[in-house]
Amino acid sequence: MRRKILLFNLFIFSLIFSLEIEVLDTPNDAGNSLTILIKKPAAVDYYEVYRKEEGKEFSLIGKLTKEERSFLDDKVMRGKLYTYQIVGVRDTFKIFSNISSAIAKAQFFNTARINVLVGIIIFSFFILYFIKKARKGERLFIRRISGLDAVEEAVGRATEMGKPILFVPGIGSVADIATIAALNILGEVAKKTAEYETTLLVPNRDVLVYTVAYEVVKEAYSNVGRPDAFKEGNIFYITDSQFAFTAAVDGIMVREKPATNFFLGTFYAESLILAETGAATGAIQIAGTDMVPQLPFFIVACDYTLIGEELYAASAYLSREPLLLGSLKGQDYGKLIILLILLIGSLLLLLSYLPSFSFFSKIIEFFNVS
Amino acid sequence: MQRSLPLGLCFIMGILMILQFFSPHPISQQFFDTIIKWIRIISAFALVLGVRSISLRHIETVKRRKSGYIYSIFTLLALVVTAVLGLVFGIGPKAPIRTIFNNILVPLGATMFSILAFYMASAAYRAFRARTIEATLLLIAAFIVMLGMVPIGNWISPHFPSIAEWLLSVPNMAAKRGILFGVALGVIATSLKIILGIERGWLGGRR
Repeated sequence: MRRKILLFNLFIFSLIFSLEIEVLDTPNDAGNSLTILIKKPAAVDYYEVYRKEEGKEFSLIGKLTKEERSFLDDKVMRGKLYTYQIVGVRDTFKIFSNISSAIAKAQFFNTARINVLVGIIIFSFFILYFIKKARKGERLFIRRISGLDAVEEAVGRATEMGKPILFVPGIGSVADIATIAALNILGEVAKKTAEYETTLLVPNRDVLVYTVAYEVVKEAYSNVGRPDAFKEGNIFYITDSQFAFTAAVDGIMVREKPATNFFLGTFYAESLILAETGAATGAIQIAGTDMVPQLPFFIVACDYTLIGEELYAASAYLSREPLLLGSLKGQDYGKLIILLILLIGSLLLLLSYLPSFSFFSKIIEFFNVS
Repeated sequence: MQRSLPLGLCFIMGILMILQFFSPHPISQQFFDTIIKWIRIISAFALVLGVRSISLRHIETVKRRKSGYIYSIFTLLALVVTAVLGLVFGIGPKAPIRTIFNNILVPLGATMFSILAFYMASAAYRAFRARTIEATLLLIAAFIVMLGMVPIGNWISPHFPSIAEWLLSVPNMAAKRGILFGVALGVIATSLKIILGIERGWLGGRR
């Protein structure tokens, strides 16, 4: 009888204090980490994680609380074998887990980003489809954007007043898509200033943006047959210091009093300083940025503001190039899909809280981006 | 050749960078790091053009005695002095260029930044003039948010902080996210157009 009780106690003890781990190569990484999972936790106060490299002894590499179930060891070398053991500590007792080993390997494809890939493929399909349609000569309706309609008027105003036009392509680098969008608009504005023989001033904060802006304006002047009207000194680099650049542009606005100011591209804290100085000089101002926190400042201080995506649509809108207009239509369909996903996703999320529909949470997980 | 070479390079690099985004492999990371280094190297070369540009512009202003030419003299002087000090004494923690940076450039930058407070007040005055229904709504919303953020708001009514929080996290966030969706799609579309050579504005606009 006593033996049976002892065996029963041992069985219960092993149930409570058994500890099982599994070591996995962390998925979707460069092969520089291993994940240690506690498959069967024990009733302990905390866990100690030990690691052993080939030819060495076990050493403590970290601790886990009693609630934690995984440990990420990101101090491993790719292709090398590592052995792990977790020790559960309860008062003076120690419970040892099984020993598990793994080798960290690098992955070529990040499977967690499949959803992004699917999204890009669908969206690109729409854009290319509408570009193809536009190429065939089909007329596409594009809504009016008042800020872009005002470009012609703004250039005309400067010409009539005999004053220059100031174009600031933001303070971002050439790697920012907003800067590239601004440079695309600069090309269209430069064509108009070349036709009207109006001075175009383009101060730059980034040297690479300066070199690209220089070429864009030069090409635009050549394209409309006015290479002689291009003035090299009007497209210039100032400094890469944010507020020194702001002070310099403010100075230009106060001294030269441009009739029209364009603030297009990436802007940060200087947005309001520039726009308010421009408003004080009485210039007509057209601004556009994808930096959401700066939009209210531009809306308040400028006559027209291109909000977010309108900045990217500007080049197509101004040039009226059918191929570019086709891509705008594709963007609209992309938004429609996002809207549908949002509606369906919200509905599925609500339903997933019901026990019989809990599997919907798996579908929603697909849309998480890592 | 003048057109097709940059367009071809843009296409190849665009596709490679897309593939890089989906691959965590060390080769892919190494490629990305190399590209970043190349951007820095090219920027360093372009800086020479930048210095040439700023020098020519200000020399021209001084030569022609344009309005504010005195500032151009200071700019040219500052350019030469900092360059010489940097080259002669280096950029260590006790180098003269550090003293100039900490005692002139940093306070000047802070001064420019502080002007923002005054411009915010004048911009807010213009925005909150209740001339239209939208401006009135904006004024009311701003008034509630401002009251909700300061202790006196809570003292007037304990509901102010929660209403302010709701305004920021629901209608304000909804509008922000709407804009961000548009921006994200615009970025993808513009990138795609540039990679495929449909958008050539950055090359000077000839299509």
